[in-house]
Amino acid sequence: MRLAFTLGLALSLAALSATLVSLVWTPYDVTTLSIANKLQPPSPDHWLGTDHFGRDIASMLMAGARTSIAVALVAVGIGMGLGVPLGLLAAANRGSMTDEVVMRSNDLIFAFPSLVIAILITAVFGPSAVNAIIAIGIFNIPVFARFTRGGALSLWTLDYIRAAEVAGKGRVRISAEHILPNIANLLIVQGTIQFSLGILAEAGLSYVGLGAQPPTPSWGRMLAEAQTMATIAPHVAIFPGLAIVLTVLGLNLLGDGLRDRLDPRLRHAP
Amino acid sequence: MSLLSVRDLSLTFRAAPILSGVSFDIAPGEVFGLVGESGSGKSMTALAVMGLLPNGSTTSGQAGFAGENLLSLTERRMTAIRGNEIGMIFQEPMTALNPMKTIGDQVAETLLIHRAASRTEARTTAREKLARVGLPEDRFPLSLYPHELSGGQRQRVAIAMAIALRPRLLIADEPTTALDVTTQAQILDLLKGLTRDEDMALMLITHDLAVVAGMAEHVAVMQAGQIVEQGATEAVFRTRSQDYTRRLFAASDHRPVRKTTVREGTLLAVEGAVREYTLPRPSAFAPHPKLRAVDDVSLTIRPGESLGLVGESGCGKSTLTRAILGLDQLQSGAIRLDGQAVSAGHTMPAGLRARMQVVFQDPYGSFNPRHRVARLVAEPFHLTGTPPDARDRVAAALEEVGLQAGDMDRFIHEFSGGQRQRIAIARALIIRPDLIVLDEAVSALDVRVRAQVLDLLARLQESHGLAYLFISHDLSVVRSITDRVLVMQSGRIVEEGATEEIFAAPHHAYTKRLITATPRIPDDWKEDSHARRT
Repeated sequence: MRLAFTLGLALSLAALSATLVSLVWTPYDVTTLSIANKLQPPSPDHWLGTDHFGRDIASMLMAGARTSIAVALVAVGIGMGLGVPLGLLAAANRGSMTDEVVMRSNDLIFAFPSLVIAILITAVFGPSAVNAIIAIGIFNIPVFARFTRGGALSLWTLDYIRAAEVAGKGRVRISAEHILPNIANLLIVQGTIQFSLGILAEAGLSYVGLGAQPPTPSWGRMLAEAQTMATIAPHVAIFPGLAIVLTVLGLNLLGDGLRDRLDPRLRHAP
Repeated sequence: MSLLSVRDLSLTFRAAPILSGVSFDIAPGEVFGLVGESGSGKSMTALAVMGLLPNGSTTSGQAGFAGENLLSLTERRMTAIRGNEIGMIFQEPMTALNPMKTIGDQVAETLLIHRAASRTEARTTAREKLARVGLPEDRFPLSLYPHELSGGQRQRVAIAMAIALRPRLLIADEPTTALDVTTQAQILDLLKGLTRDEDMALMLITHDLAVVAGMAEHVAVMQAGQIVEQGATEAVFRTRSQDYTRRLFAASDHRPVRKTTVREGTLLAVEGAVREYTLPRPSAFAPHPKLRAVDDVSLTIRPGESLGLVGESGCGKSTLTRAILGLDQLQSGAIRLDGQAVSAGHTMPAGLRARMQVVFQDPYGSFNPRHRVARLVAEPFHLTGTPPDARDRVAAALEEVGLQAGDMDRFIHEFSGGQRQRIAIARALIIRPDLIVLDEAVSALDVRVRAQVLDLLARLQESHGLAYLFISHDLSVVRSITDRVLVMQSGRIVEEGATEEIFAAPHHAYTKRLITATPRIPDDWKEDSHARRT
């Protein structure tokens, strides 16, 4: 348990520090092309080799992490920031018109996959990383709203909620003080899942050209561009793929560990 | 010649000892009672016999049944015995049946699994067994689903499943604990009839001494994984040679010493309260049917008085409680606390709310598991504003209920059920209310813990001049802690009067039924030991 948490923390911190370092320094400039050096295997000069334009893959990964992680983080932030309060609101007024309106609007958004929303937004505002964030973020709202409502509904029937009502606390106060902390562990786990889905969604959107635009590197586009060269230079596909897998794995392990640490009932368990 | 002969059964679960040296015999066709408090190992004994222990358990000893040692059989052989020769029913009828299958299919399934009958024969037998347990064909066709039945009826279906193959032993683990008192009496009657007619032995596991007294020929008393005393029920109950048995007995009809001073005036007045619920339409265009949960109820509580409200589940007690606490709006009628109107939501002033507090039944669901005791107990300060000496007040409240001030920095999962109920009382006391609503507040506790909590409630009532509204389905508890009692049935108050008078001479047919249905230890069994002790 503790090992998994430590591993998750280490992987997540590695991804985060790569992102932060890339802001000030990368081994090579990722906008400079050097066709003569294309598709070189890993070497002391280029640790992870070079791609079909001769760019350093290690530098591309560091800079790409910025896009992937930022897109996923902000998208989950939008989803949680709007979805969780909506879910709490629906659960606190369960069975009322408010509940119906919130949940049916969610169904409406659910009916459009993020790709369709992204095409819609791109058609109006043009393709960019920001629009990818908005598309993925909007898709995250109903996920968190439903999840929150479901978790909150079962808590609203418990006696300690009634005790809080007897103590004169209103719905907002009870939602913030009693409901939210008790579903936080569910939300953290769901958050890490959505975060990894966000990284994958950004990769998908970039692949079809709706996400980050060249020359801004992104893990998804690196993977997409490497697809045709996977047989001649496998390292071009393997390293971005590994980066995605390890980051997602790290986040999931971190989420699980955090959930156990935040729960006082599990904290003292051996 | 005994049917089941358990010898020196010991059980450890992940190196923790659960049972040690348990030995008992059950004769064919007899009712054997296994009594003890929660955690004493009653259910684990039954599960060991059934071979249903959780992973990580190790057993030693013997459980002889029809010439075989149940503890050393293969899982394959055990599956043949389970259901076929030993049947089992559990406490919770609401979850014991599969909600997606008809009752007919569920009873027939037992027969089909053991290849005892063809599909048609199985359904015929299912029909017979359901009729035998009191669910006749005209009112309870095989095509019914569990949600269409009440708790008592579901328990009957569970019994029909357990006896479908005419097992020689039926293990019943707290079969009536989740049921109302009149339903309990019917189910116990049924079980007794079955042992007589089908020549089936019954191992009855319960915490309720009175249930055993009326049912079992032999009884074993368990404490901390050991049988401390066993023998013929009457002899064990009369002599009570072991200290633990004596303490259980004393606790089971414990009467706290009460010195209440009921003051003049009216603290709480409920006048003509009506609360209706709109039910879902039975079909698309039918009107919504209405359920009148509380139907023209009036009652008063005087300052310092303890009023009991008894009735079976679904009689409207909880709805009425919610309205009194200002959590639910009435359709008509009025509730006044010391002359001020009680209403639901924000319209009720905090100062008025602060004069009423509540203690709930479930000691596990009553607290936010993420907060420390100090914060939990201090929650009602929301109504009065947190005083500067809040921590001292919490400490004082904890000490008042028999805990320590140092407990306030611990989390709720570190406390036992009885301690949690004390914390719930501390939370209710902290803002010095005039009225505490006790909603089945001792129903989930073991007898000895219950006796202690009742003593505590009696002491606090005396020292603080509190009024109690004590809501319960357990008549003996109500009798021990209240001055006056109301009997509620189908949303109406059917009888009202001084507690002792009602219990001595009930007038309404429903009250009489409730009192007769309550299991009791015969009075002359109790006297013997009094005579011996003096």
